[in-house]
Amino acid sequence: MWHILIMAGILLCAIMAIRTKRLLVSAIWLAGCSALVALFLFLLGAPEIAVVELSVGAGLVTVLFVFAINIAGDEVLPSHPVISRPLAWAVIAVSALLVGWLLVPGVNVAVPGLPESQLSSTLWQARSLDMFLIGILIFAGALAMLGLLADGKKESVES
Amino acid sequence: MNISIPVVASLIILGLLGIGLYALLAVRNLIKIIIALQIMVKGVLVAFILAGRLQGDMATAQSMALVVIVADTIVAVVGLALAVQIRRHTGKLDTTALTTLRR
Repeated sequence: MWHILIMAGILLCAIMAIRTKRLLVSAIWLAGCSALVALFLFLLGAPEIAVVELSVGAGLVTVLFVFAINIAGDEVLPSHPVISRPLAWAVIAVSALLVGWLLVPGVNVAVPGLPESQLSSTLWQARSLDMFLIGILIFAGALAMLGLLADGKKESVES
Repeated sequence: MNISIPVVASLIILGLLGIGLYALLAVRNLIKIIIALQIMVKGVLVAFILAGRLQGDMATAQSMALVVIVADTIVAVVGLALAVQIRRHTGKLDTTALTTLRR
């Protein structure tokens, strides 16, 4: 029962994040979606990832969105889609069929009991290359943050 | 009503991927496009964890999901930086206003 309520909340938050006109409200709905996804991940048996998703997805990313929207402005655009709506729905239907075709065999498999989680040993020993990649990505993110702030500093100095 | 966890997780995956894909195709605001990407990646996260749960290898699934979360955050930062710079240079966040090709 709880799973169904969480699913409804996740999908509602995602739809509202897209449908809402104002970007700030959209970012708040996205944060709600992240928090509910984190709760569902916890119920699926991945508490470490749930904590990371809650802190990064619902916390850091929301702050970044609010920061960027404050800089860029909350522009409301007319709702003319880039491509026609029937074509968009057709693409989504085909994609959903393909993903569903991949998911259906897994749905009927009996779920085994929760295995012993050894995330730290797997992360630092078996998948140490991933940690190297994460380090590079964080460095790229720091550079992007500098890019986000650079012109604003120049403009404030000029003014 | 008794629906198993994999079925609910599959519906979440399909829903998030569908909503995100529709927004990617239909929305013109640059920041909303990044929001759509975030929504799609949340569906992928649930898919990773569900696959790990079904295969009985949660540690590998969680480590891969961690990389996806970090990469997704960096994509959001780079995308937002691009959106802010585009807004500063063109005054708009509309993707259709970015093209310099005449129609």
